[in-house]
Amino acid sequence: METFLTIISGVLFTVGTYLILNKNLLRIILGISMFSHATHLLLMAVNGVKRGAAPLLGEKAASFTDPLPQALILTSIVISFALTAFLLVLGYRTYVELKRDFLRKWKDQPDE
Amino acid sequence: MNNVLILPIVIPLLAGMFMILLRRHVRIQQGLSVVSLLCTIVAAASIVHRISDQGILVLDVGGWPAPFGISLVGDMLSALLVLAAAFACLTCLLYAFGATEKTHRLHFVFAFIQFLLCGVNGSFLTGDMFNLFVFFEVMLISSYVLLSLGGRKTQLRESIQYVMINVIASTLFVVAIAYLYSIAGTLNMAHLSERIAAIGQDGLLTTVSFLFLTVFGLKSGLFLFFWLPNSYSAPPPAVAALFAALLTKVGIYAIIRTFTLIFYHEPRITHTVILAMAALTMLLGALGAVSNWGIKKILAYNVIVAVGFILFGVGMATFESFTGALFYLLHDMLAKALIYILGGAIISIFGSDRLRKFSGLLLYRPSLGWLFFVAALALAGVPPLSGFVGKVIILRGGIAEGRIVLSAIGIITSLMVLYSVMKVFIHSFWGETLMSEGDQKATGNVALLPGFLLVGLILAMGLGAEWVLGYVKQAAEVMSHPSLYIEAVLKQAG
Repeated sequence: METFLTIISGVLFTVGTYLILNKNLLRIILGISMFSHATHLLLMAVNGVKRGAAPLLGEKAASFTDPLPQALILTSIVISFALTAFLLVLGYRTYVELKRDFLRKWKDQPDE
Repeated sequence: MNNVLILPIVIPLLAGMFMILLRRHVRIQQGLSVVSLLCTIVAAASIVHRISDQGILVLDVGGWPAPFGISLVGDMLSALLVLAAAFACLTCLLYAFGATEKTHRLHFVFAFIQFLLCGVNGSFLTGDMFNLFVFFEVMLISSYVLLSLGGRKTQLRESIQYVMINVIASTLFVVAIAYLYSIAGTLNMAHLSERIAAIGQDGLLTTVSFLFLTVFGLKSGLFLFFWLPNSYSAPPPAVAALFAALLTKVGIYAIIRTFTLIFYHEPRITHTVILAMAALTMLLGALGAVSNWGIKKILAYNVIVAVGFILFGVGMATFESFTGALFYLLHDMLAKALIYILGGAIISIFGSDRLRKFSGLLLYRPSLGWLFFVAALALAGVPPLSGFVGKVIILRGGIAEGRIVLSAIGIITSLMVLYSVMKVFIHSFWGETLMSEGDQKATGNVALLPGFLLVGLILAMGLGAEWVLGYVKQAAEVMSHPSLYIEAVLKQAG
């Protein structure tokens, strides 16, 4: 399971990198959200997915899953969700102001 | 017991939240910001005092003992940085009262300054790696808003780039944390340090440490500073001053913390790379500062040079170089706020950023001129100002360590910094007066109060260096002996 998740995470990182290197703003933002998904999967994969039992079974439990990675992922998801929303708004506003969503042409804009 | 540690985080947070409710009442917001900053300064000063009396303070948030819960750790390094950050923030705020536009004030600029400070203080005080990430995000999200607020075209363009760079860096931060947790099984910094000392820092951990170095290098502008000059030129001067004083410093703090507390076992690899990056940062930053002809860009490159210089001290990893680096870091927070505020005032008077259009301001604005002159000397490190002490200690440490080339780079870049700010001074204050008083876009008087305040602080830090050094040495003691930090955090648990 971990191997599978690691591979998926690697694929997501690849896709994210490809999208970020694009010049279309929307694709870059999508790439960034791919990145965050890949990170969350990685966080899950490297810290072990299944160890036989639920996290909190008392002190004498023979096996239990480490709950901390999931707590980290939850926090990280909230943050990346907020950031993606902010980036989308910023991207939209920039598109409205500059009338273009291709980064390449931004350099033509004179500084005020 | 040690609840005072949480005050520098909670005070700005609460103040910021109240300000959101008081949107239309700008006056009340301003009063509240000043009150909040003064309270933060008092809290920080009392933390510094208590640490010098009782040693490192630890607060286990929520009552969970150290390796299990998140703990706030106030050692002298954090406490001094919190204090300096509060002073820098207060002066930037005083400047912002006069210098920001009305639309800005109505759109929560003061509230976000408070949130920014909350994130900065939290990053300084936390003792947990993931919590550091969270406070980084608090700080960065506020900085995104402050940067894009106003929505001019340049601002939007730069903030998109700034946000992207930082989001990608944050992603890498989480990746690094994931690896670290899977190797060491803990995220508490003291516990991490203990475990890594026990299992030894092998190649895998060193690789992870480089991932951290990349992340913090991106945030602090250590070598990976390509984004910095543009982003720091875009926002209004008051916000830019705040960024220059606080943001990169948090990255530097993170590098100091991780490489003195956690990954200090392989200095031949990690610290050599840090030193090389510091040297390149100093050189490239100084070249940028000398070659540019816009005030904003010159100042932004000066920020970069200082980052390189501080990391030069950190990379040598001796007691003396830590002392110098921390002293210079404290000085730099104040000095960068000062020079940005004065630069902002000059820009607002001429209504332009281009040096070649400036001339002869000394006739109308003598006090601004002299303030700028003092600030320039402080940046270059001329005694009796505080930059001198830090530079002397770092360079003495460098020569004692046999790092002659790096020390030479440090001295040469200091001169280049002096040249670049003197260029600004000469072009804006000397020469024929081309502009009549009526043509000036602003008086620049708003910069005087924060300017004098900061010059006073820098002078006090320079003249009272012996007194400040007492505290700084206590911090450097912990930086060079990580066991002190570990004991303070973990003993409390047991």
